[in-house]
Amino acid sequence: MSFRIGIDIGSTTVKVVVLDDNDKLLFRSYERHYSKARERAAQTLRCVGDMLCGQRVKLVVTGSAGLGVARAAGLDFVQEVYATAAAVNTYIPDTDAVIELGGEDAKIIFFGGALEERMNGSCAGGTGAFIDQMATLMNVTVDELDALSLKHQKIYPIASRCGVFAKSDIQPILNQGGRKEDVAASIFQAVVDQTVAGLTQGRELKGKIVFLGGPLHFLMGLRARFVETLGLDSEHAVFPEDGDCFAAMGAALCSGDYASVEFDEALERLERSVDSTSLLDTMPALFENEAQYERFLARHNASHPPQADVSTYSGPAWLGIDAGSTTTKMALITGDGGLLYTYYHSNQGNPVSIVLEQLREIYRLCGSRIEIKGAAVTGYGEDLIKNAFSCDLGLVETVAHYKAAAHFNPEVDFIIDIGGQDMKCFKIRNGAVDSIMLNEACSSGCGSFIETFARALGYSIADFTRLGLFARNPVNLGSRCTVFMNSSVKQAQKDGASVEDISAGLSTSIVKNAVYKVIRAASADDLGKHIVVQGGTFYNDAVLRAFEQELGRDVTRPTIAGIMGAFGAALAARDLGLEKSALLDEQALERFTHSAKPVTCGLCTNHCSLTVNAFDGGRRFVSGNRCSRPLGGEKAEQPDLMNYKYKKLRAMQGRGEGSGMRGRIGIPFGLNMYENLPFWYTFFTKLDFEVVLSPDSSRKLYLKGQRTIPSDTVCYPAKLLHGHVEALVEQGVDAIWYPCMSYNNDEGIGENHYNCPVVAYYPELLAANVPALKKTKFLAPYVGLWRKKDFKKRIAALMKDEFDVPPKQTAAAADAAYAAYEAYLTDVRITGQQYIDHARRSGQGIIVVCGRPYHIDPEINHGINDLITSFGFVLVTEDALSHLEGYAPRKVLNQWTFQSRMYNAARYVCTQPDMQVVQLVSFGCGTDAITTDEMRSILEQGGKLYTQLKIDDISNLGAVKIRIRSLMAAIQARKEQ
Amino acid sequence: MAELIYNENGRLLFTKEMKREYTILMPQMLPVHFGMFRQLLLLEGYKVDQLNNCGRAVVDEGLKYVHNDTCYPALLVIGQLIDAIKNGGYDPHKVALFITQTGGGCRASNYIHLLRKALEKAGLEFVPVISVSFGLEKNPGFALSLSLIRKLVYGMMYGDIIVNVANQVRPYEVEKGAADRMVSCWQDKLIDLFRRGRGMSRRQMRRYFDEICADFAAIPVAGEPKVRVGVVGEIYVKFSSLCNNDLEQFLLSEGAEPVVPGLTDFMIFKIYNRVADVELYGGKWIKKALCTVGMKYIEACQRDMIGALERSGRFRAPGTFANLHRMISGYLGDGNKMGEGWLLTAEMLELIHSGTPNIVCAQPFGCLPNHIVGKGMLRKIKDDYPMSNVVAIDYDPGATRINQENRIKLMLANARQTAARQESRDKNETPVPAAV
Repeated sequence: MSFRIGIDIGSTTVKVVVLDDNDKLLFRSYERHYSKARERAAQTLRCVGDMLCGQRVKLVVTGSAGLGVARAAGLDFVQEVYATAAAVNTYIPDTDAVIELGGEDAKIIFFGGALEERMNGSCAGGTGAFIDQMATLMNVTVDELDALSLKHQKIYPIASRCGVFAKSDIQPILNQGGRKEDVAASIFQAVVDQTVAGLTQGRELKGKIVFLGGPLHFLMGLRARFVETLGLDSEHAVFPEDGDCFAAMGAALCSGDYASVEFDEALERLERSVDSTSLLDTMPALFENEAQYERFLARHNASHPPQADVSTYSGPAWLGIDAGSTTTKMALITGDGGLLYTYYHSNQGNPVSIVLEQLREIYRLCGSRIEIKGAAVTGYGEDLIKNAFSCDLGLVETVAHYKAAAHFNPEVDFIIDIGGQDMKCFKIRNGAVDSIMLNEACSSGCGSFIETFARALGYSIADFTRLGLFARNPVNLGSRCTVFMNSSVKQAQKDGASVEDISAGLSTSIVKNAVYKVIRAASADDLGKHIVVQGGTFYNDAVLRAFEQELGRDVTRPTIAGIMGAFGAALAARDLGLEKSALLDEQALERFTHSAKPVTCGLCTNHCSLTVNAFDGGRRFVSGNRCSRPLGGEKAEQPDLMNYKYKKLRAMQGRGEGSGMRGRIGIPFGLNMYENLPFWYTFFTKLDFEVVLSPDSSRKLYLKGQRTIPSDTVCYPAKLLHGHVEALVEQGVDAIWYPCMSYNNDEGIGENHYNCPVVAYYPELLAANVPALKKTKFLAPYVGLWRKKDFKKRIAALMKDEFDVPPKQTAAAADAAYAAYEAYLTDVRITGQQYIDHARRSGQGIIVVCGRPYHIDPEINHGINDLITSFGFVLVTEDALSHLEGYAPRKVLNQWTFQSRMYNAARYVCTQPDMQVVQLVSFGCGTDAITTDEMRSILEQGGKLYTQLKIDDISNLGAVKIRIRSLMAAIQARKEQ
Repeated sequence: MAELIYNENGRLLFTKEMKREYTILMPQMLPVHFGMFRQLLLLEGYKVDQLNNCGRAVVDEGLKYVHNDTCYPALLVIGQLIDAIKNGGYDPHKVALFITQTGGGCRASNYIHLLRKALEKAGLEFVPVISVSFGLEKNPGFALSLSLIRKLVYGMMYGDIIVNVANQVRPYEVEKGAADRMVSCWQDKLIDLFRRGRGMSRRQMRRYFDEICADFAAIPVAGEPKVRVGVVGEIYVKFSSLCNNDLEQFLLSEGAEPVVPGLTDFMIFKIYNRVADVELYGGKWIKKALCTVGMKYIEACQRDMIGALERSGRFRAPGTFANLHRMISGYLGDGNKMGEGWLLTAEMLELIHSGTPNIVCAQPFGCLPNHIVGKGMLRKIKDDYPMSNVVAIDYDPGATRINQENRIKLMLANARQTAARQESRDKNETPVPAAV
């Protein structure tokens, strides 16, 4: 008998199997290694010592963390996807495809024909670790999450690209009272979408599919989502009994190719490797010694509000509630800011019940001595809590934080708040909030991130961060988003870093993320002289210390850093000067009931996922809406140029003035077509074609084309094109027209007039990746509209070849097309001016939304325009203003037409006192990495505020609301001065 | 000290005075080529230093001064330059910086501006930046004269052939380091020749090409042919070991033979784009004619190199630019020119056709042109060539080596399996269907 051993060391677990000569499984184990991969592997191996002691065995290591172990221990290694394929070939030979989810990897293997394997790239977190994070977020175990998901009623759309995105979707749903069951199922659905979209890349998943890996082995809810999504029956969806150990089994099967070794020898090698470390990239320790730490603590503990005792105090009091994303904070204060009562706790996905419980407690403590004269609420759950308990005031977080910070340091000029899920930084200029920086959806590596990590490694958050305080060699983990940090940690584990070093490294990472990614500071002077730090994350001394180290400057951390939002809200409530608060009183709380029901609004194409909260006495509160229609009100028809342009463009389909006799030509309504459609519509209808426009973009349309997207990091507007062209093919058009355009029109306002590479060449990508396009004539020639004469010559030849159109007719149509395009531009400018005049007549503020033409697509902007106008602004776009300024040299190479328009619009706004800019940026837009800094500098030099909204396939507008309301508060503050 | 002079747009100029007093720092990409460029510039009277600083400090400076969503190459190049000024022992008031500017719709054309912004942020706005480009920005103290361009072209050709033959010898050398020693030996020899004004005609170049081939062919080698792995990608990631985490070394250590297409095709490609623009959209015939002349000249040099490799009887020769261009038909149009444009796809196709179906396609995370010409073409390549085995790897300051290496290992495992199957099929003498 010869034994073969396979060890699969993944990012979170170790799997060990022993096979006999007949490939039969003699032993198997699946255990979490809590970052101690080598120890765990050695321990497990020792367990099978009885069976194998003194035998010659073949042993092969596999797995993402296995490479390092194998190298350190001098054992053989096979790549895990390869090992899995070997196991599947042996045990389930008629398999067509394998889907395997691991701790941090997702893989698909296609069998049949040429073997094709796919692994998730570096930006993809929809895996086991992601599910762990989500469970932490919802305060349930993974098993509970699974059980919950089986009882779902609806699925919320959750961004399926990477964990961080999904998190920003889930949090608001929870905060707004969405059902846990539905959220649980939605999380699993996101994993499914992520896997299918990210990894199939144009190859269809069909036939017999085998599901492997821990999450798919243990989670029935996840299985159900996969089976349902892929439309599989029980014959074609195979969940093997040892599906969690297949890679290890494959490694054992592959061991035939390697030399055998004495079992005891192999075990010894593995055990020896436990002690060997090879750390390369480390940083200085946070604290050299205990004394240094003590001094540090003493300095920070000095910032404390006045003492007050709730059990003896009598008089008025004010309540502040901060219903944050992961935690609920409350503060009850006296007139001078003395703290009577504070509360800081994870909201466990249900802020309403937490606040209810706390209010009861507060009333009990107050008795008849203390009278609450005002209550204010801030944070993500502001609307819900305000409505549920009838608070006097709701205020945006930035303002609440400023109020609190100014209480401790009236000179404060910079505030940074790192909370559970979001990071907010803002400057204070002339006593008003200015220049707000929020973390983008891609770098939310904030408090909940450390917490999840701590739990994954088996520690409480407090213990975990304390470990890092005196770590000798903190690991440098970089400054990127959560997903990247995960793999950095994996690398550090591989290199044998201790938990202490990782803990300190994570704290520093969060700080670096804040300083370089969010604030984008080059030095401490960029921030300010009087920096106040707050948010629960700064309770961690390690994070605070790392922050001071990174800036080289002492900062103020009030002892109540974690409840500053609530404290600020309480101060705001006090400043209302009310005689009596409208807050529900003790009796009313007795009767209080709350239930939440998910509903999809069908009143417009936004299809908002609403949550209808019902309270006692028939009180209702609807959340998740972008406009007032689901609340019974009419949608306010504020002048909105995005809306105007969209409607105008959508009308450009059909035969126009022509007969349509030359056939039906399909035009995908995406990317630069939002600019060029007036041209092509006129061109083709003049030539008697019928123009068929692809349908309005929607989530559904996106999903239709999702499987053919080859690059998961390209921007969402580009991804949508896949669905658009498929829809056109389905409509049976005679040809699809989607030309490549390296160059855009030359408007004379930049150094050059390019399109970005994605806009320019996406047609070629579609031709190579969308199989359906083979069924139709897909015309994607290179055209250059800015050289009219040359264009006419070339297009005439092309139309002659393709459709036998006489060149003279084509030339005439081209002339008409140029005229139509000019007319469209002029119309946009005139309409924009009318809107501006309207705003000035009625005294409304004007927001200039700067983006690309395609940002007017409601599926791309998720109704941001509705949100902006709902606050009473008039909205115009960059192309209505850019002609009002001429060429001017810029500090960046100004070479893209659409981007040049934004610079010009921003320059114009600087000359207009009643205008502010909001810049829309699609996630993954490379050119905007350049434009955003330039826009900020144009606007700030012109004395304007800079507001940037980053958008993706995420449809939740929580963060957008904060920014817009902060912008409003800042405008207001400036006015008051 | 040299006076700081600005042009009408407020750009700090590199003056003739600075040419005498300043040291110009040049970022690293291709050590052999750039080493030769440096020598050629020294001969023109410039003081030039080639930077080799690397490691975390470079990345950190980049992260600090460059927008983090900008591509990784920008971050590293700028990080390397700033790190060198700060920590390289230079007098910051006596250095100038070289940076290339290709022009085109890719973000890369913006590097020079990002560098200037970074310098300003770092309080080094007095450091002049020199654009190395075809006439995009002019400086009184630096000019790419026709004669200098011609010399640089020769430098590039020598660099390409040396790197090419060294890559074919290194995995098999009996004595470790023999190929690298031969590389530096030839570098010294060529530099010496340049100094004496030799080696700079096509006739002489052909002679030295033959000598180079002969010298490298004479290095003792042993062993079975190894799995060949092509490396294509965004130009900086493809070539710079700082950026690609020592990709070539890793491939060597895994027992593979890296095949890295040279710089020449990229240069011809960049010139050809101007010709293609005129053809596609119209424009001045004179522009087209001039570019065609330049292109033809480099193509002739390329043919000399291919000829030498073929004559050697020992080395595989790459295809001509025209050959590459032909491959692209059915994939991408001539107008696809931003970044590496159609050339990247063409290089993959040529590798597949020349028996190297295993390819690493390296790009910066979020690289815009590569969405199209790299990852965007893999589906079609796989459909057309089922035996092709391409892995796309993203590089980024946060991406970890282990993730990258694990994916490359998967590609290598596939490559080995295919090779083993091929071998066993050959042994059984069953007719083998053409793979491609």
